[in-house]
Amino acid sequence: MKDRPSFASEAITAEREASVKLGLLRRSPGLWLTLAIALVVGLYPALTGNVAVREVVFTMLLSVALASSLNILLGYTGYVSFGHVVFFGLGGYVGMFLLSRGMGLWLAAPAGGLASGVLAFLLGKAILRLRGAYFALATIGINEAMRAFINNFAPFGGPTGISLNFQIYTGYGGAGQALWLTYYVLLGLAIVSLVLSYLVKTSKFGLGLMAIREDEDAAEVMGVITPNAKTWAYILSAIIPGIVGALFFFKNGNIEPNDAFRLHFSIEMLVMVMLGGQGTVLGPMLGAAGYQGLRGFLVTSPLFKDVQLAVAGGLLLLIVLFIPAGAVGWLRQHFPRLRALLP
Amino acid sequence: MILELQQISKSFGGLQALSNISFAVPEGQIMGLLGPNGAGKTTLFNVINGVYAPSQGHVIFRGHDLKGLKPYHIARMGMARTHQIVRPLKDLTVRENVMVGACFGREGHNLAEAAQIADDIMQFVGLAERARQLAGSLNVAQKKRLELARALAARPHLLLLDEVLAGLNPAEIATMVETIRRIRDQGVTIIMIEHVMHATMKLCDQLVVLDYGKQLAAGTPAEVAANPQVIEAYLGDPKLAESLMDDAA
Ligand SMILES: Nc1ncnc2c1ncn2[C@@H]1O[C@H](COP(=O)(O)OP(=O)(O)O)[C@@H](O)[C@H]1O
Ligand SMILES: [Mg+2]
Repeated sequence: MKDRPSFASEAITAEREASVKLGLLRRSPGLWLTLAIALVVGLYPALTGNVAVREVVFTMLLSVALASSLNILLGYTGYVSFGHVVFFGLGGYVGMFLLSRGMGLWLAAPAGGLASGVLAFLLGKAILRLRGAYFALATIGINEAMRAFINNFAPFGGPTGISLNFQIYTGYGGAGQALWLTYYVLLGLAIVSLVLSYLVKTSKFGLGLMAIREDEDAAEVMGVITPNAKTWAYILSAIIPGIVGALFFFKNGNIEPNDAFRLHFSIEMLVMVMLGGQGTVLGPMLGAAGYQGLRGFLVTSPLFKDVQLAVAGGLLLLIVLFIPAGAVGWLRQHFPRLRALLP
Repeated sequence: MILELQQISKSFGGLQALSNISFAVPEGQIMGLLGPNGAGKTTLFNVINGVYAPSQGHVIFRGHDLKGLKPYHIARMGMARTHQIVRPLKDLTVRENVMVGACFGREGHNLAEAAQIADDIMQFVGLAERARQLAGSLNVAQKKRLELARALAARPHLLLLDEVLAGLNPAEIATMVETIRRIRDQGVTIIMIEHVMHATMKLCDQLVVLDYGKQLAAGTPAEVAANPQVIEAYLGDPKLAESLMDDAA
């Protein structure tokens, strides 16, 4: 058998080694590059004050935070969650419920994240035993069940949902200011999701997750406590989407079951992660921005307006068939020298 | 005794894969597990390290009954194994594979310590130049050494080796046999499943022979090779048995 040297994940070890020797500040040029891109793009609307651009970037940052979170489960642990939007929706509902009862955003949004984390913990106990397609199907079932439940749950307004009184924004400097405020908070959350992703990837915990992704039975035999590791991965992948959900619907002013638990949003998250590169830190960010850029184009083009989801599905098929590692994964494989810059 | 098996039985549906297996492994020895294909050797390993719960019987490891414990509990108590059909973590590097063993095995090291241990052990099993390759890109002999390296990185008290010599050429066998001996000399108790008779006879202090899930014989290599039942049922050829007795002597 021919020995073909391959170095695709050499940088992981290099990053880990570096992380051991240096402090967080200097340890990965790739992390800083990633954060710099996010900051430059994120602060651009603030510098120009352009509200239309802000709305475009808002959608991108929202996607970055969600895709980056999903990647912890999908990319590092190898579990495909088709219903990840359930955490966005539940966080949104819990946040909106508390906001409508007079709680401030600073407590309501984290409460949304906490609720999603708790849901992930409980769900994890039940469905993380399932492998492969069974897990993916169960996550879809849970999203649909949650939508049906909320539809009939009177405290959350049933099918009509929850609307905020417009007065509520005066507490945040008026509606205009509140929009900027949510924007900055979202930018912060996107950055946190990227840092979290990096920390997980370069930690011992992350090594255990990747062992599970590669061969769960072998990981168990080597001592990885797989139920705990998977549950933590699931919880970590759920919290930020929960906070983001609360933030999004605060900005939106109202929430309904069909907005909160849109299954196709889940599929779009998967496309973003796969497009950019599952299991990388940079990939989900680029995939999210790239996908939203494309979608923005499709929505404004009358020709494609109605076929966005078909395009997302077709894109997913093409990625799986031709670049299963995603854009960043592909670059890492073909340009080993760039790896330190492409975490 | 580091390990005691008490009347272990295991059935898969109607198939009785193991019936009433009992033996004990003294600390610091190499115990050989022999038997034709399908005899239940790998199944016995799976019962010992918690992959399967036995249908009946008890596994006692360092004084603890392993009943109800999962493979990861048992791994952390100091038992490590290799797989007959290799299971590399393909998209991780060789070093990362070995680090998994060090991080989650008996000593539970952090990443920095695990990297050090991995480097030592890759040197020891001859994988040092492969450290940065993806495990999926190794050839079969290298993957077998990777299995061994991962298991060793856990710094186990007891090491289960499932056919680590199978598929290796004579030179590779000689290297592996030497490696196994050095592991034993470091104080690790070993149970090894093997088909390569010469090597097994020379290396093992004790042998247990399985046939159709039953324990056919147990004892020193000389005793086992002289056992008429073993000769008849397993070794078949009396001449082969004689030459093996010479090896054992
Ligand atoms: N998970 C399983 N389910 C059903 N039958 C099994 C399973 N594992 C092993 N067996 C059966 O148990 C018997 C012993 O297999 P095994 O332990 O692999 O043998 P050996 O390692 O001695 O060659 C075989 O008949 C095999 O088909
Ligand atoms: Mg076998």
